Amino acid sequence: MSNITLVEGINLALTRAMQDDESVVVLGEDVGLNGGVFRATAGLQQRFGRERVADTPLAEGLIAGMAVGMAAEGLKPVAEIQFAGFAYLAIDQILNHAGRLRHRTQGRLSCPMVLRTPCGAGIHAPEHHSESPEAMFAHIPGIRVVYPSSPAKAYGLLLAAIQDPDPVVFLEPSRLYRRFKEEVVDDGAPLPLDKAFVVREGTDVTFVAWGAMLHEALEAADELAADGLFAEVIDLATLKPIDFDTVLASVKKTGRCVVITEAPRTCSLASEISANISEQALLNLLAPVERVTAFDTVTPMFRLEEKYMPDSARIIAAARKVMEYQ
Amino acid sequence: MTVAASFEIRFTRYLLPDGREAADLPSFASDPRALVPDYRAMVFMRALDAKAVAMQRTGQIGTYASTLGKEAIDAGIGRVLHKEDVLLPSYRESGVLMLRGVSPHRTLLYWGGDERGNVFPESPRDFPFNVPIGTQLPHAAGVAYAMKLRKEPRVALVMCGDGATSKGDFYEAMNAAGVWQLPLVIVAVNNHYAISVPRHMQTKAQTIAQKAIAAGIDCEQVDGNDLIAVRDGVGRAVEKARTGGGPTLVEALTYRLSDHTTADDATRYRSAEEVAQHWKEEPILRLRTWLHAKGAWAQEQEQALAKDAAVHVQKMVQAYLETPPPGPEQMFEHLYASLPKQYIGQVTQLTEEAESHVEHHAG
Ligand SMILES: Cc1ncc(C[n+]2csc(CCOP(=O)(O)OP(=O)(O)O)c2C)c(N)n1
Repeated sequence: MSNITLVEGINLALTRAMQDDESVVVLGEDVGLNGGVFRATAGLQQRFGRERVADTPLAEGLIAGMAVGMAAEGLKPVAEIQFAGFAYLAIDQILNHAGRLRHRTQGRLSCPMVLRTPCGAGIHAPEHHSESPEAMFAHIPGIRVVYPSSPAKAYGLLLAAIQDPDPVVFLEPSRLYRRFKEEVVDDGAPLPLDKAFVVREGTDVTFVAWGAMLHEALEAADELAADGLFAEVIDLATLKPIDFDTVLASVKKTGRCVVITEAPRTCSLASEISANISEQALLNLLAPVERVTAFDTVTPMFRLEEKYMPDSARIIAAARKVMEYQ
Repeated sequence: MTVAASFEIRFTRYLLPDGREAADLPSFASDPRALVPDYRAMVFMRALDAKAVAMQRTGQIGTYASTLGKEAIDAGIGRVLHKEDVLLPSYRESGVLMLRGVSPHRTLLYWGGDERGNVFPESPRDFPFNVPIGTQLPHAAGVAYAMKLRKEPRVALVMCGDGATSKGDFYEAMNAAGVWQLPLVIVAVNNHYAISVPRHMQTKAQTIAQKAIAAGIDCEQVDGNDLIAVRDGVGRAVEKARTGGGPTLVEALTYRLSDHTTADDATRYRSAEEVAQHWKEEPILRLRTWLHAKGAWAQEQEQALAKDAAVHVQKMVQAYLETPPPGPEQMFEHLYASLPKQYIGQVTQLTEEAESHVEHHAG
């Protein structure tokens, strides 16, 4: 058991997976000697060699496309895209190939690959380094999208993603990489995919969040509790497919829901979740579902990022709105 | 068996690392005094660069990509482009932008996390700094296509790193430029690293220049630490493009003397000895030694220049620090030609949040 950061949790899971399964390979830009720009792959090349931990030429289409080929051939590639803004270049391969290979060949070939990338704002990074593309990936059929919120979740979910027989896009909140530590047991045990986690129980309103936003939601829940308002907080963790059983059970209990995402509002996952709740629990709702999102703008450069990202104040305002609704 | 095709790659160098002449100089260098403005520009670039690194260290700007070691490339390109040409830079080309007339405080704004760093009133057709590697190359082909379509004697000049030449965008743009004989010059700044990945791990090709052979376009290598070679090689390519001679790839050989950015620690992947070796070839000392030897530059001038540079840099820092912080509404400004009414509610929310934030802090 060790007390580690989220990025160390990623590193630990990669080490564990590579140790337990020879077919696991890591590829990406600067993942070798440099250990990745965030140090997620630190030490792996030294330990597992240059063939299993490969620095690629600078080309995201290549990285994603090679992962498809490797996976079809029985390897378990874990490809790193240096920042989510550059994962857009990999979408062709994910959308046209990774997510379709199994179906196109009617089960003859499959694609057990993981595409990892840091995402989200809040670290004062340059342009294109603070994107939240989860909804774009979640729109792609045939893949899973996973988004951890803590060191232990990063460890267990990444192991699950590597073991999963289908392609997984694994989004890592760079803002949380080093924000806090948590006890993680290196037991090689995966956490379940396709399952949401109730991380705080409450009676008055349900908060659904993931990644860095989960912590804003928890902060908001703390503040509201001081006023006697009790929020139940759900960490969605797997964004595709969504565990609506857990979400609906909570909403049926509280009657109110606020969904939080760091991504722009239009066609966000918050919209998807809200639509599902309306379809399946309309009569349990005491107020319309509120979406707390970023604005429909380009992710601003860092001088304005604090004003762009949702924070606990925005969540509290939404919670009060659903509480006061009549 | 016969030879179906063969090729050779020309390498141009006029000044040796110690400042001695390696070849007969081109005519623009026959009067060494004519190169003093280039030298001065290079010294300004380095002074501003050192200041920017220091400002990152003290939290006055964010992550910054240093230009240390590529001053001859930036000065040479800045010198041969015409006002009406279009520059498409990567993120490391603040030096060229300075010579395009763009006030260097924009560079500080850019790395300071402010969109106004890409506002270039002095060179309004130039493209903004470009971070997604290689994506500026297809834009450059488009810009050159527009120039050719309108039969304008203008040139698009696009810059990228050695790492960028591994991307499809690079090949795609070169290939298209060849097909249409576009007025395009591509300068691949080969500084031997893409973050930690050394040049020999990007490609097995002997030179980057030769990648153009497959696209059927002209190419050559220049010593990117030799201002005269850069001006000569890029200058010829630009004038050829301007006069209907088609595209060229110029590979400018240099070395990244700095970390990749201020967020990088290059000691993880390269030795101090390697870096020290390359300091012996750096462009500013080389040009200064030559200018001295030619009697075109004196020690007293050097001291005056250092002072000028410090004053100018300070002015730029001042201009940066005095730029009022962006208001939150900057997020929605220029998002569309005119903001669709559907988003007005979001602007209102943003403004109200900003106001309540101010009150919160005041109260
Ligand atoms: C498409 C894309 N992938 C990855 C990155 C992250 N990144 C920033 S700079 C860089 C290396 C670029 O190397 P090179 O093209 O040689 O230019 P240099 O930085 O050496 O000037 C990488 C991988 C990026 N900005 N864009």
